[in-house]
Amino acid sequence: MAGTAKRFGFSHDSSSHLALAVDEALCNVIRHGYKQEVGHPIWIKIWPLDDDGTLGPGLCIVIEDEAEQIDPSKIQGRDLDDIRPGGLGVHIIRQVVDEAEYAARDGAGMRLKLVKRTNGPSAKRTQELTTRCADGTGCDDLSSPADASSNHDGKAGA
Amino acid sequence: MHEGQSQNPDGSMDIRSHDQKTIVLSVSGEVDIMRSPDLQNSLQDAIGKVPGKGSVIVDLSGVSYMDSSGVATLVRGLQLSRKKGVGLVLCSLQDRVRSIFEIARLDTVFPIAGTFDEAVEAAASV
Repeated sequence: MAGTAKRFGFSHDSSSHLALAVDEALCNVIRHGYKQEVGHPIWIKIWPLDDDGTLGPGLCIVIEDEAEQIDPSKIQGRDLDDIRPGGLGVHIIRQVVDEAEYAARDGAGMRLKLVKRTNGPSAKRTQELTTRCADGTGCDDLSSPADASSNHDGKAGA
Repeated sequence: MHEGQSQNPDGSMDIRSHDQKTIVLSVSGEVDIMRSPDLQNSLQDAIGKVPGKGSVIVDLSGVSYMDSSGVATLVRGLQLSRKKGVGLVLCSLQDRVRSIFEIARLDTVFPIAGTFDEAVEAAASV
């Protein structure tokens, strides 16, 4: 996936993030949709998007399954201030792509449409993260475990 | 002192003592939904070996990829370490792995050291 994204003009980091989004989406289908049962189908379609003149060219990825249908409005990333395992996948997907649209398929299963453009909002977020790392403002947080704990103590055991 | 190792073609998890108060868990390969259970077991082993007021350093320098299941496993490890009253320090994250912590805004929750030596210093201050 990352190699395909690079061929369509995405940066190294954006390509990695797009691959991460697809990985997270597939994991969600396998884990939550199919309850980790083997033998169920997942369809993935990828096609290029022309430059729209503002956000650049991009890729559209559609992932479909035959898992139990759920209300798309209930597919939400969790509150990130709630420090606990799980629930991160949807948040990550929404952060690293420009559009993430869930819908029930006709008949059975769910459809997730992902859109990411080379100069879209998610690419800018990726650039901001990269810049934070490069200038050291967001990386190498060596606050002591006690400090980290005190900042989130009330929520860590959730 | 080598204490335990779990290896498969996708990478390894190695637990060793650094000193009397510090256990090091070195992880390599990709940590995804398939390997997260291995990481969870190794983390539990490592945390179980740490004496009171000691620390576990999780050396992620060899991890080329991690998804949300890996991050969730580390969050569980952090919670377990806090319950046990020991420290948990991550170190040497590759950019690709670091970015998922930043996207999940967990880079300020975990103590994250740039290098192993910095992790040892951070662990000693617990």
